[in-house]
Amino acid sequence: MHIPDGYLSPQTYIPLYGVSAVFWAVALKKIKKELAHKHIPYLAMAAAFSFLIMMFNIPIPGGTTGHAVGAGIIAILLGPWAAVLAVSVVLIIQAIIFGDGGITSIGANCFNMAVVMPFVSYWTFMLIKGKEKTGSRFYIAAFLAGYAGLSAAAIITGVEFGIQPLIASAPDGTPLYAPYPLSITVPAMAIEHMTLFGVIEGMVTALILKYFIRNDPELVYSLRETDNKSLDEA
Amino acid sequence: MTLNLSIHCARQTINRLTRPDMTVFQKKLWIGLIGMALLTPLGLYLPKIAGSDEAWGEWRTETIAKMLGYVPEGMKKIANLWKAPVPDYNFGGEGTSSGVQTAWYMLSALIGIVAVVLVVYFITRMLSRHEK
Repeated sequence: MHIPDGYLSPQTYIPLYGVSAVFWAVALKKIKKELAHKHIPYLAMAAAFSFLIMMFNIPIPGGTTGHAVGAGIIAILLGPWAAVLAVSVVLIIQAIIFGDGGITSIGANCFNMAVVMPFVSYWTFMLIKGKEKTGSRFYIAAFLAGYAGLSAAAIITGVEFGIQPLIASAPDGTPLYAPYPLSITVPAMAIEHMTLFGVIEGMVTALILKYFIRNDPELVYSLRETDNKSLDEA
Repeated sequence: MTLNLSIHCARQTINRLTRPDMTVFQKKLWIGLIGMALLTPLGLYLPKIAGSDEAWGEWRTETIAKMLGYVPEGMKKIANLWKAPVPDYNFGGEGTSSGVQTAWYMLSALIGIVAVVLVVYFITRMLSRHEK
């Protein structure tokens, strides 16, 4: 899902840099205000985790490869804004040091995997778990959070690829950047992520949440948020 | 110079990671992450074993040329804009032996951990400085 240089036109990657920059600025503000000092090591670990899990390429036999991102579990454990920061740092390092994802497409890749994904995951989790703090509904919510987050990121990436022929073609109609239309790019990205990679993301999300609930439930941001909300209501 | 810098970064990371206030749980998590780093070559070899190719939409320009019969003009201009120091988590390039590739892949995992941890600590430190 790391869009390389050359696939997006400037009309796409420049605005997406702008959108991601807004989210980075808000994330820094939120983290400064809300992230407790003792949680900083977890933020660093979250970034390390996301970096590592993206190195585990999962093959579709005879086809393409993909990987989990980890943004969903980070959003559940540390909050969506912490996930914006952690995963953005990862994507920027991947682009600069390892050439995984382009330099021009850093804004787009951060938007897809470090903005869309953590927020979709977080909202999915909060919506489905309701007031549960454990049990099957709670962990199904976590699975679906990871699944929906990665799928949403993949579909957005597909849209970004697919609009290129529409907005950036030579006068004779040959595409200048990513060459395939929406009718190919969106299904291609959606199907592989919704059938395989998203399922793995979901399982990773649920398992890690289980591990944290067992060892350090106080840490879990989304549970604290639920408690705060019910306090407000009461 | 690069060596000094890497030693400095490694030392900084170790200092961060061996803080006396680190909890047992955090230590466990770090051990898990290091374990993950050592297992990353699975992510290199499983696709090779399964005969899977590049990720969808992340084709090299040579692959694009084969798929389309040409490389789109705009793509040609910016595709190779940036020369990454460790391209594709493999310093030696395509032709290197699998042992070297494995070593680079694992080393990349460790370099990645060090880099992201330092950047996160740097950012959070800047944020708490501004507070004062």
